[in-house]
Amino acid sequence: MNDLKYNVIVGLEIHVQLKTRTKMFCSCALSFGEEANSRVCPVCLGLPGALPVMNEQAVRHAMLAALALNCRVAEFTKWDRKSYYYPDLPKNYQISQYDLPLGSNGSIEIPLESGGTRGIRIRRVHLEEDAGKNLHTAGGFSQVDLNRAGTPLLEIVTEPDLNSPEQVRALAVELQRIVRYLGISEADMQKGHMRFEPNINLVIERAGTQFKTPIAEVKNLNSFRALERSVVYEIQRQLDDFLETGRTMQMGNKSTRGWDDAHEATVLQREKEEAHDYRYFPDPDLVPVVTTGQWLDEVRSRLCELPVYRQVRYVREYGLSDYDAGVLTADRATADFFEQAVGAGGDPKRICNLLTQVGLKLANERGRDLPGLGLEPSRLTALAGMIDRGDVSASAGNTILPAMVETGRTPESLAQELNLLQKSDAGELEGIVDQVLVQNTAAVADVRAGGKKSQKARGFLLGQVMQKTKGQANPKVVAEILDRRLS
Amino acid sequence: MAVHDLTAIELRDRIAAGQISSVDATWAILERINRLNPALGAYLSIFPDKALEAAREVDRKIAAGQPVGALAGVPIAIKDVLCTTFGTTTCASRILQDFHSPYDATAVRKLLEADAVIVGKTNMDEFAMGSSTENSGLGRTVNPWDSSRVPGGSSGGSAAAMAARMCVAALGSDTGGSIRQPASFCGVVGLKPTYGRVSRYGLVAYGSSLDQIGPVTSTVADAALLLNVIAGHDPADSTSVDERTAPVSDYLEGLNEPVEGLKIGIASAFNAGAEPAVQKAVGEAVDGYRQAGAQVVEVDLPHLDYAIAAYYVIATAEASSNLARYDGVHYGYRSASANDYIEVYTKSREEALGKEVKRRIMLGTYALSSGYYDAYYLKALKVRNLIRGDFVRAFERCDCLMMPVAPTTAFKLGEKADDPLTMYLADIYTVAVNLAGIPGISVPCGFDDGGLPIGLQILTPAFREARLLRIARMHEARTQWHTKRPAGYE
Repeated sequence: MNDLKYNVIVGLEIHVQLKTRTKMFCSCALSFGEEANSRVCPVCLGLPGALPVMNEQAVRHAMLAALALNCRVAEFTKWDRKSYYYPDLPKNYQISQYDLPLGSNGSIEIPLESGGTRGIRIRRVHLEEDAGKNLHTAGGFSQVDLNRAGTPLLEIVTEPDLNSPEQVRALAVELQRIVRYLGISEADMQKGHMRFEPNINLVIERAGTQFKTPIAEVKNLNSFRALERSVVYEIQRQLDDFLETGRTMQMGNKSTRGWDDAHEATVLQREKEEAHDYRYFPDPDLVPVVTTGQWLDEVRSRLCELPVYRQVRYVREYGLSDYDAGVLTADRATADFFEQAVGAGGDPKRICNLLTQVGLKLANERGRDLPGLGLEPSRLTALAGMIDRGDVSASAGNTILPAMVETGRTPESLAQELNLLQKSDAGELEGIVDQVLVQNTAAVADVRAGGKKSQKARGFLLGQVMQKTKGQANPKVVAEILDRRLS
Repeated sequence: MAVHDLTAIELRDRIAAGQISSVDATWAILERINRLNPALGAYLSIFPDKALEAAREVDRKIAAGQPVGALAGVPIAIKDVLCTTFGTTTCASRILQDFHSPYDATAVRKLLEADAVIVGKTNMDEFAMGSSTENSGLGRTVNPWDSSRVPGGSSGGSAAAMAARMCVAALGSDTGGSIRQPASFCGVVGLKPTYGRVSRYGLVAYGSSLDQIGPVTSTVADAALLLNVIAGHDPADSTSVDERTAPVSDYLEGLNEPVEGLKIGIASAFNAGAEPAVQKAVGEAVDGYRQAGAQVVEVDLPHLDYAIAAYYVIATAEASSNLARYDGVHYGYRSASANDYIEVYTKSREEALGKEVKRRIMLGTYALSSGYYDAYYLKALKVRNLIRGDFVRAFERCDCLMMPVAPTTAFKLGEKADDPLTMYLADIYTVAVNLAGIPGISVPCGFDDGGLPIGLQILTPAFREARLLRIARMHEARTQWHTKRPAGYE
């Protein structure tokens, strides 16, 4: 085993459900969890005589994704029929895009665990309609629910540039961030908005010779965890298989595997890649899509700084930690809110702390995003300023923020009402310190004597001052006065 | 005059004037269907109750002085390839024998909105695949002019119903001649509009890039009237042409005005493929135009020899995909003996689709298969472009083209049923028109020695239906062929 070196090669195919009001080719509303076959019409049921009509919003969304992924975008594209028989496919063909995808030859930057980023090539981005669902819950029968049939899906295919389970996961997460940033998908994993199909194999080097293991495609993974675990599993399985059988990649020995979540293992579905002939041809019911410059400019105007670049910028520009920058840029609303607060004159680190320690928790508890809390960014800036000036302590700030969300009032009035304003007036505090020193001569002596007891005694005196001021003295100012008096 | 002797326009005007009630007119046609259909087999289904209800509503509106539509009270037959919420929509296939559509085709909806009285749905070749209506899975239709002969196809039921005056007007569909050829065989008028002129929404697809709905009528004016009602952009059909590109006009306006300085294109060598009686009748019709002052020019259509080959690749390729949905899973016939889902597909289709439909599905599947796509489908698309070019060049030299509709008159039932290739070759004069997407009309222009009707085919550039109809009307106004009736159906 020790003389064995190997590289992991993974290409990823991702389906992302787009956020449109209606389906790809009919006016049925998108569906999740409704009664089976309640969101259907003659078009998505594939009834005789029904005809598809393209949803332009879906094309705009898909084109935006293609642009964000640095793709070469098609000026002329069309719809093709992909033929195969399956009960969840009402027309027995899927309307998809074959030889002229909306986007091709793109790339995506993914963050690496070691810090920094890495570019992964995107082979193609295209739009297609989803199929329905087969349900096998009714005893001896199978049932078909076509609510999902016709839902617009964005298919993204990467080149086999990914070299570890972590990178595969990072790409998936990054893509989720991007589509959410662009506002083209909710990318809700619980609702199956993102589905992954990694193609995995290994290049093994043994005794100076390279061997490639047969490619395995794992179908229909719908969580980041399953995606990552499936790659981990496949690496070990392919290594074991190679050592045991010595099998290497040959024409047609690509296998298709499923994911068994309970056992955290991939399961063989088809050993040999079946000779699928999808008989693609242009759909005569739809007209080609010709993208004009003006239309494309309109779409392009919705592009924004992508999260991975924003994250890097926060570290560089604001001196935030990579972790904090990642949290703030996880979704666009949070990052935008953060930047508005900073733009209103707040210290980036202070704003960051308030948001990551309190703001996001509040939003999460209420099941909203940050702007959904109804908080003005400028008020957050005001609170940050109060902390920076010492008007309130940092911990008082963490108390005031929830109250601001709760009541909609200003941080100043709340600090007052909650008695959280700190006494920073040196003159007033000096008097109180002097009083404490007079009343605690033993402790004063301990401090002055130096040695073991000195620190403890100093802490005691500071505590006395805080007690006398009901905790409202600015500890920093008190410490300074104490040090002056006792030196 | 009896109801069945009237044109749609005449009947409509008499109903509107209160000279006859819509209910009486509907009764008269229903009675005729009842009497004649058992022998002719033109209708697959009739809707007496629904038709009479619609007729009563027309009478009520007229009595109340309310405005009525352009087809108010006119009994109309529609080919059973158009979806209707009433009755079944079978496409003359056993796989859809009991299929009820939850929606009306756009053309049907427009008829109903124009206050037409739809009396029934007519027989056809299964899924519109055929030229004789012999491929119907649900019944046999014979030609009213000779019951031993076919009515033509695939809209054979609509043409036979019109010829026997079992309706006052009808709708058919035309993918490779399916309106024009049966109209020719049955001695009535059949119009295939430009591709995109009439919405295909609710027209059960055969060859989607070729299919078009059109009228089958007793006169050119009635064809214009029906086109007025069914033409126009439909947001539900992306291939229907928008009004800015090709506005719909009133096709009745100026219909009787002859086209001044008409230039007719003839491809003599091409036309010579027809049997002598057909050539003679078409030649005489052209002579008639010449005598009326038209100029005749010789044109060349060099790629039309390849039209049949291209058509049978493109139409069957599209059909193989369009018909994939009839799988026994979601609706329609399902085999009782299927043991798993694959057998639901294979057995349902094996048991319920006809021979010709299976043949075309296999042809089309083959043409689209990997490794054959370029040699067949792609090549056919290139030929299609060349044919379009032929027409474009020809129309630079003339206003319209005239040619036969079919090389022969109606043939004997069973004569070609086992010889699909001969049957396909008889589509020589019609398929190129669908490949090019241009409009074409068949108007009666004579009879052969056996007393079988012959049609004259007139073609114009795309979206020039108004001109096409005027040219056709020039012929009709000078001749009496359209007034002839088959014996026993006067």
